[in-house]
Amino acid sequence: MEDRVEATITVNGTRLTRRIEPRMHLIDFLREELGLTGSHVSCEHGVCGACTVRVDGEIRRGCLTLAVQADGRTVDTVEGLSDSGELAVLQQAFHERNALQCGYCTPGMLLTAQALIKEHPEATREEIREFMSGNLCRCTGYQAIIDAIETVLRTPRTEGVR
Amino acid sequence: MKPSAFAYARPRALEEAFALLDKHGENAKLLAGGQSLLASLNMRLAAPEILVDIGAIPGLDGIAVRGQTLVIGARTTHRAIERSEAVAKHAPLLAQAAPHIAHVAIRNAGTLGGSLAMADPAAEWPACCVALQATIVVTSKKGERRVAATDFFKDLYTTALGAGELITAVEIPCVEKGERHAFLELVRRRGDYAIVGLAARARLKGKTLSGVQLVYLGVGVTPVQAKGAMAALEGKTADDAAIRAAQDAIARDLEPNADIYTSAEAKRHLARVLVARAVAALVG
Amino acid sequence: MNDRIDPHRLDALAPQASEVEAPPKPGTTKTAKPAKTQVGYVGQSVPRANAKRLLQGRGAYTDDLKFPRLAHVVFFRSPHAHARLKKLDLSRAARQPGVIAAFDGRAIADYCTPWVAVLGHLKGIKSPPQYAVAIDRACWQGEAVAAIVAETRAQAEDALGHVVAEWEELPVVTDMEDALANRTVIHPELGDNICFARSFETEGFDAAMKKADLVVEETYGFGRHTGVTMESRVILADYNAAEHSLTVYHATQAPHMMQDIFSRHLNIPEANVRVICKDVGGSFGIKVHVYPDEMATAALSVMLRRPVKFVADRLESFLTDIHAREHKATVRLACMKDGTIVGFDLDDLTAIGPYSVYPRTSGIEGNQVVNLTGGPYAHKAYRAKMNVVFTNKNVTCQYRAVGHPIAVALTEAIVDLAAQKLGMDPAEFRRKNLIADDAYPYSFPSGLKFEKLSHHQCLDKLLALMDYTGLRAEQAALRKQGIHRGIGLAAMIEVTNPSPAFYGVGGARISAQDGATVRLEPTGMVTCLVSVTEQGQGTEGVFTQVCADAVGVSIDKVRVITGDTGVTPYGGGTWASRGAGIGGEAVLQAGKALRANILDIAAAVLQVDRATLDVRANSVVDKASGEERLPLAEVGRIGYFRPDTLPMKFQAELTVTRHYTPREYGFTFTNGIQASYVEVDTDTGFVKLLRHWCVEDCGTVINPLLVDEQIRGGIVQGIGAAMLEECLYSAEGQLLNGSLADYLVPMTGDTPDIEIAHVSTPTRQSELGAKGVGEAGTAGAPGAVMNAINDALAPFDARVRVQPFTPERILKALGKI
Repeated sequence: MEDRVEATITVNGTRLTRRIEPRMHLIDFLREELGLTGSHVSCEHGVCGACTVRVDGEIRRGCLTLAVQADGRTVDTVEGLSDSGELAVLQQAFHERNALQCGYCTPGMLLTAQALIKEHPEATREEIREFMSGNLCRCTGYQAIIDAIETVLRTPRTEGVR
Repeated sequence: MKPSAFAYARPRALEEAFALLDKHGENAKLLAGGQSLLASLNMRLAAPEILVDIGAIPGLDGIAVRGQTLVIGARTTHRAIERSEAVAKHAPLLAQAAPHIAHVAIRNAGTLGGSLAMADPAAEWPACCVALQATIVVTSKKGERRVAATDFFKDLYTTALGAGELITAVEIPCVEKGERHAFLELVRRRGDYAIVGLAARARLKGKTLSGVQLVYLGVGVTPVQAKGAMAALEGKTADDAAIRAAQDAIARDLEPNADIYTSAEAKRHLARVLVARAVAALVG
Repeated sequence: MNDRIDPHRLDALAPQASEVEAPPKPGTTKTAKPAKTQVGYVGQSVPRANAKRLLQGRGAYTDDLKFPRLAHVVFFRSPHAHARLKKLDLSRAARQPGVIAAFDGRAIADYCTPWVAVLGHLKGIKSPPQYAVAIDRACWQGEAVAAIVAETRAQAEDALGHVVAEWEELPVVTDMEDALANRTVIHPELGDNICFARSFETEGFDAAMKKADLVVEETYGFGRHTGVTMESRVILADYNAAEHSLTVYHATQAPHMMQDIFSRHLNIPEANVRVICKDVGGSFGIKVHVYPDEMATAALSVMLRRPVKFVADRLESFLTDIHAREHKATVRLACMKDGTIVGFDLDDLTAIGPYSVYPRTSGIEGNQVVNLTGGPYAHKAYRAKMNVVFTNKNVTCQYRAVGHPIAVALTEAIVDLAAQKLGMDPAEFRRKNLIADDAYPYSFPSGLKFEKLSHHQCLDKLLALMDYTGLRAEQAALRKQGIHRGIGLAAMIEVTNPSPAFYGVGGARISAQDGATVRLEPTGMVTCLVSVTEQGQGTEGVFTQVCADAVGVSIDKVRVITGDTGVTPYGGGTWASRGAGIGGEAVLQAGKALRANILDIAAAVLQVDRATLDVRANSVVDKASGEERLPLAEVGRIGYFRPDTLPMKFQAELTVTRHYTPREYGFTFTNGIQASYVEVDTDTGFVKLLRHWCVEDCGTVINPLLVDEQIRGGIVQGIGAAMLEECLYSAEGQLLNGSLADYLVPMTGDTPDIEIAHVSTPTRQSELGAKGVGEAGTAGAPGAVMNAINDALAPFDARVRVQPFTPERILKALGKI
């Protein structure tokens, strides 16, 4: 059997050190070891985006990142970004527009959308669709998601959007 | 769908990485961005004994201009290339191609060197590097060697990389005055691997093309230079006759393999459509 | 208190003459004061409360649960489409690190009896017994033949590599027509490969068809799809040996159906089986069936006396989640010169894999195609023939819109072809033939009865919504510039709210009725327990609205609980677009009954005539003046803590239960019409979907926000069918695209904006009037897209007939390759 590897990761602002099986991907580590079940496992081959988390401020596929690769890095999940209030405006827009049904893709959608809002605040509707095209939703038909993001982009900046 | 067990090493210097590759030979795999490798490990399509993570080795990423050469570190992410002003200025082909690579979360992690070493014939970077006549800088414990991109891709998922070697950088001649680039893909969904793609490059003087490079992706076991079509356009005015001649040459240039959705015949047809569109883009 | 309220005026249900807090409007912020309105919640776009936890990643899906001693099972699956197991040695696998046990099919069969999926009313349907884990023989690639239980999923997967299996490959039947020819019979004991056949002919069919001026005929193909729920199939079974009880946490649409099945096949008394649905990550019909690996998981929990979890990974999902569709059908339409349709003639062939799926059977989709083809039109002659055959591919069964996308596409494509041959505009051709809006009740030639549909209203509304005339002009102008756009229409009827005639009469223990229990809590809050389940579509949200209106409370006072057989009334669950229509009516009746009981208490407390009181805005009020008489919290306090102050013979009843079963019609039908606008790149065969429209009549719209996005989601699944999705098999029965990288589902970058509008013809069968809407989008979209593409290709005299419409198929149709 492989040896576990020690890694120190700052997850949602809390620094923690764990001995981790190298084969464990980040999404399983967050879910199984830390009980952060908000990010979801769906395809485990990088297509669906349900496992999207933030590593050092940038969105990543949690299933295509080993937990040990996060050693020395900062990881943020939907739970932490909900508590910090960073996602609040987006979450409210998703709620009001019913931009989710089963909710399984939603944490990944929110993290991707938040990256768009930070990086590309002037995005057109077409560009929103393009940016979001790596996150699968099987319920909504996407329009409500695009509408919600567009609403946030078009609303003058308030607290909570950074 | 969990990977089989492997050991993990995160060397802090190239020498350490070489020692690990030496020790484990074919049972070791290099881990850069991991966006293809980890998917295949999750599916247990591969089961290495050890992953050598090159993420902590200094000096492998970054984009710099040295004289007339754009140097991109092997571990530079797709996203960094996409956002780079230097790339947009000196190798616009790469800037055009980058947004076609998968999706943002994957571009944040996946690397240039990883993509080249993987050598997926449907991937964007291999075709771009061939079209740009880039040089791949390969390093081992014996030192550095430089391999022309045209010689680098040997077969399906097979490159000129030898045992104990890794890609450290890619050197690209900076775009010259009058040089035009065009990158086109036909994909059924944004971010998918292309059915057929084309990395095109030429110098344009008036409407006359020279230094024409037409490199296809998704049509063979490696990126494919359409030499007949290139010759048909070389030194020619980019008019309908030249385009038709290039399209006719495509039939001889390419021996595409069918994929699950698209026949070889359809791929060849689409390659012909793309060459016309590429010429239009180059002169447009 | 059973007075019927006009379903057209649902606001009658709401507290009247007094003001209640309206739901916050989308877009308002917390600083804005909620508007006061006299309208109830039903009919309003109220954001649903249960979305909040999902938005913070604080839902709890079954895979999120952790139990002490939880074990993980994986299955050793056949690599062959059809093979006999010559040898299966699990001993090495059983010795691997972390492995708790390894079993073959025989060992598991001691704890779980096999099943045969047939229904009495599908005459002649047959299927062999199916075991939780196959014994001796595998009949499709991916069928489980052994189970390995370990401490972790990874360890169980490690052990799979140590299973020793020797196979003798058997002849494989993958092609439907081969199967029908019976050259190789997959289950020799059944005699042939025909699972189910049905034929049907109206009287005087041949004579009627002979009189027609024009007969058009085409053959259409439909790819195999699968549902691709984001949350894959997951089950956690927890057996308690001391009690001989089984608690199953299950991502299912039908918990009571599963309770019955676990009870019967594992031989555990029904009362000892509890099925709990946590948050479910999408279903679409995938999670309403009995899966052998899930039954095995429950059996393993019993065998090992500990909790066992199975989560299908994505590769297993493609191999084992039910597939659907895969039809090849020839349809003929006969009409007169003036465009009047005389009749339809259908010959459908569909393949279902090696087993009919338990307990709903795999005969239903084909049956629906026969029932529904030609559905919107007023012809009298109809003949249909249908064969359902076994093949060595994964099983197929009911997936969202069961049969509808086939029937609608067949009907609408041949209707367009007939219109084209007659030189008639497709919209006008439809207007001529759609059943008149005043012709109801109406009996369709296939025997179905329609209560009241609104085809013409929907058509008119759609044409206005999309600016049909303007689009036609734009299309013509662009055609001259070499831009090839197409407009496609697809009218549809949709089966909803099935009565017991769907499954119950055939002997299936699947409830057609649903129940709701509504309870006033001491603080004046209302708890509402419903047997319909939540898969994300928003059932809990709409039940909250209906319940709040029915009782007379504000929406924040209502808490809905679903998905637990130990808690809710007995019922069918979520399938066949029945949740709102059936469950909603049960909630409405229960809520009204609670309101009446509250008034009884209030009348006793206040010593006034009950008829002078009403419940509005969380209080008992004077009906005439609206003056508050008794807050509901006070009713609760007295009812529960001081009943001694009530009259001696009076018993407060603050919990009531009501049920609802649709009886009058076999199904409540909805209708609608969709339109697609596409641009075909005739050089590449690529299609860009520009716009899509849908006008739907689902009766009472309880929540437009939820309904519209559910229709859109359905349309996008239908677009997937038309453009992308197909489970491809090799001739050897190997699935060629069983990953999310290779099986293509629509992503947001390739999906058009979709405009929705409604016509509302509430069903008179229920007071609520809701007809159901979950499947309408999926039913109509493929036909609309097909017609749009063929309209774009018309100048080239090219047509496509086989879905999905890949660039390859379009280039072939254009003669480019």
